[in-house]
Amino acid sequence: MFDYLTQPVWSPYIAGAGIGVLVCLSFLLADRPLGCSSAFVKARGLLERTFNAEGEKKNEYYQQMHPNIDWSFMIIPGVIIGAFVSAVLSGQFHLVWVPPMWGNTFGYNTAIRWFWALLGGILLGLGARWAGGCTSGHGLSGSSQLSFASIVTAICFFAGGIVTAMVIFRVIGGL
Amino acid sequence: MPLLTTIHENRRAQIVLGLLVGIVFGIFLQKGGVTNYSVIVNQLLLTDFTVMKLMLSAVIVAMIGFHVLKHYGYVHLHAAKGSIGANVIGGLIFGIGFALLGFCPGTVAGAVGSGAMDALFGGMAGIVIGTGIFAEIYPRLKTGLLKQGPFPAVTVQEFLHLPLWIMIAIMEVAMIGFLVVLYYLGF
Repeated sequence: MFDYLTQPVWSPYIAGAGIGVLVCLSFLLADRPLGCSSAFVKARGLLERTFNAEGEKKNEYYQQMHPNIDWSFMIIPGVIIGAFVSAVLSGQFHLVWVPPMWGNTFGYNTAIRWFWALLGGILLGLGARWAGGCTSGHGLSGSSQLSFASIVTAICFFAGGIVTAMVIFRVIGGL
Repeated sequence: MPLLTTIHENRRAQIVLGLLVGIVFGIFLQKGGVTNYSVIVNQLLLTDFTVMKLMLSAVIVAMIGFHVLKHYGYVHLHAAKGSIGANVIGGLIFGIGFALLGFCPGTVAGAVGSGAMDALFGGMAGIVIGTGIFAEIYPRLKTGLLKQGPFPAVTVQEFLHLPLWIMIAIMEVAMIGFLVVLYYLGF
């Protein structure tokens, strides 16, 4: 068991099958899909409640999403802890300010990378809530339920991602 | 199932179980290699198919698991009808962000755990901001764009008028077949 945890990588088929079991466990234990983007809504709603309680109460979206510390909120701290433990045990934990693939193409200026990462994050958060889920909520949990909307959404995630990545790295970056 | 309902209604149990499922999810994401920026970007550049292999393996397992559990009444369907205005437009906005950041909302958290600071100060901060923007514009979107072009069915089998277990068999064969083809193409 411990040997497995110290290996740097597993076969993606094995790791994926394990995630498939977790998707089933989420439906079983929480009666919810395994998703990651609702945790960010809850965090944003709790921030709003702290600094602008009236605004949070009046906002229709937060009324619907119930910002609370619950199952879906805890997934994200869990993923951070799990990945941290896993990375440390296999000697893969490294502080990275700019990912090498970005740095080798566009330079190692931290401010520039963080600006584009921030913009990417904003579009991810906006798009995930617009579509009602992310790569896990739609891509894994929704597709597994044979949800028509989830399968269409997952195709759009990758269609948008592939075109944008090709423009960034092939057209602009010349990679 | 009374036991499951008791677990679902116990707030403290839900917090602990959510954290535990998150931890195991984080381990699988890190070990699967998808908390690495270049693995995700190379998937989007179609030069590395690790993300596809991991996701399809998860769906191959979960599609059978979910429907067997549902058959015996242990789980319920959580799927909404959706629309072009919500799912296609939202999905494409997400896709642009996916390529710019190089992570999605789950893998960004795993990347933070593996030490990626751009994932923390750029990615996670950005997702919180983007979510807030959506919450602000939601009242106007709700009755407009999000309702445009509703999809014809909730599930794929309903759309294609196929029996559930035939649909599952077709999807499983297609997904396994895709992975076998990728393997023989040398990816």
